[in-house]
Amino acid sequence: MDVKVSRRQFFKISAGGMAGSSLALLGYAPTAAADVRSFKLARTTEHRSTCPYCSVSCGLIMYTIGDKSKNIKPVIMHVEGDPDHPVNRGTLCPKGAGVLDMIHSPNRVKYPQVREAGFSEWKRISWEEALTRIAKLMKEDRDANFIEKNAAGTTVNRWNTTGFLASSASSNESGYISVKTMRAMGIVALDTQARI
Amino acid sequence: MQSQDIVARSGTTTPSPSVRQTTEVAKLIDESKCIGCKACQVACMNWNDLRDDVGTNVGVYDNPQDLTPSSWTLMRFFEVETEKDKLEWLIRKDGCMHCAEPGCLQACPSPGAIVKYSNGIVDFISENCIGCGYCVTGCPFNVPRISKADNKAYKCSLCSDRVAVGQAPACVKTCPTGAISFGSKEDMSIYAEKRAGELRERGHKDAGVYDPKGVGGTHVMYVLKHADRPELVGLPKDPSVSTMVALWKGATKPIATALMGMAAFAGFLHYVMVGPKEVAEDEANENAKEQA
Repeated sequence: MDVKVSRRQFFKISAGGMAGSSLALLGYAPTAAADVRSFKLARTTEHRSTCPYCSVSCGLIMYTIGDKSKNIKPVIMHVEGDPDHPVNRGTLCPKGAGVLDMIHSPNRVKYPQVREAGFSEWKRISWEEALTRIAKLMKEDRDANFIEKNAAGTTVNRWNTTGFLASSASSNESGYISVKTMRAMGIVALDTQARI
Repeated sequence: MQSQDIVARSGTTTPSPSVRQTTEVAKLIDESKCIGCKACQVACMNWNDLRDDVGTNVGVYDNPQDLTPSSWTLMRFFEVETEKDKLEWLIRKDGCMHCAEPGCLQACPSPGAIVKYSNGIVDFISENCIGCGYCVTGCPFNVPRISKADNKAYKCSLCSDRVAVGQAPACVKTCPTGAISFGSKEDMSIYAEKRAGELRERGHKDAGVYDPKGVGGTHVMYVLKHADRPELVGLPKDPSVSTMVALWKGATKPIATALMGMAAFAGFLHYVMVGPKEVAEDEANENAKEQA
């Protein structure tokens, strides 16, 4: 077969060939394979904590951004169960697993507040004010209602008008200190949230 | 995990790397231990940074009512009469099964939008997804969902980012009753058989393992109380990739591609050899006159 190709036709064939091979390259050659999502906790800082929801008090690990450098304001970006905690060994219920949204909830109470008698509004106060106020009220109540001796004249040192509810998250040591402190003041109604 | 661990890739004709061998992993869901608390759903949303819309209560515990682009796993609740006058409340954690022969990957036309890693995980690479929805059609378990926000398909990734660094998926870690466990496919298969045997001893005579062979086995397996009737908990009895998908992507695609290529080449050859149709000058003049 004698094919006559003119100068013009030769350019057409060359251009067509180049276009074709470029298209093939675009359409068929695999693009660079995307890497799998990177592990988002790789360089976060871990802190141990306790789930605040129920009395089971599961161990949590809070993951915050940054490495505690002074210019970085850490923010909790993930929470997971603590595998070394004997209570839950890494597991969490749906509430605990979603505690991150409670931490960042706009409705969360972040500072002491007081609603005075007769008021409908809550007023923000400082920790100093709050602790002083509680101490004052406790002392007033204790001074007014402390029972030193019972009807038979036996020393009892009871303070029956105030009760104390200890945290279920307390370890043995803090539980021991709670009991000693409260009993020293004469509190009888002493209980722990773990029993609820 | 790295690109060398990708053993299958959608819409790709060149062979995938297949030299490296990583441990094949599996998630085992023990239906008999599940209490339907949905901690797995919450853990999944937290790990994957997903927050679904607040839905409405339709009178059942299923929440949300179906898998969505933002809810990659879902507790499904079934009230079924397994025998006459015997009502059972069955709960199943639904989500991607990570098939050994994934229908979604076979059906997907977009190069690299769906990949399978050598450890068995089937993952969607969203940047390559074109939102055609073929994966939804190709899936025998009706799992992928297309997002209305970005027109991309989403499903459980078996936390491929966690597994890649030697961690277990978020749902497995959080499960308070230990109904979900994770390990090598081999260990999980052995444990599943042991657990099914225990259930049979305790009176669940039909208890067994769900690891369907029709899709080459799955990397998410179940221990079912009624393994003879998986449809009780909404699982297909004998799932397989649709023959249409196999036909379309198997025989038809190369033939059609060849035909298209040949047609284009024939046209090109004709253009070069014969050239465009030329209208004789006098004829053209006549036409022009008629129009004027």
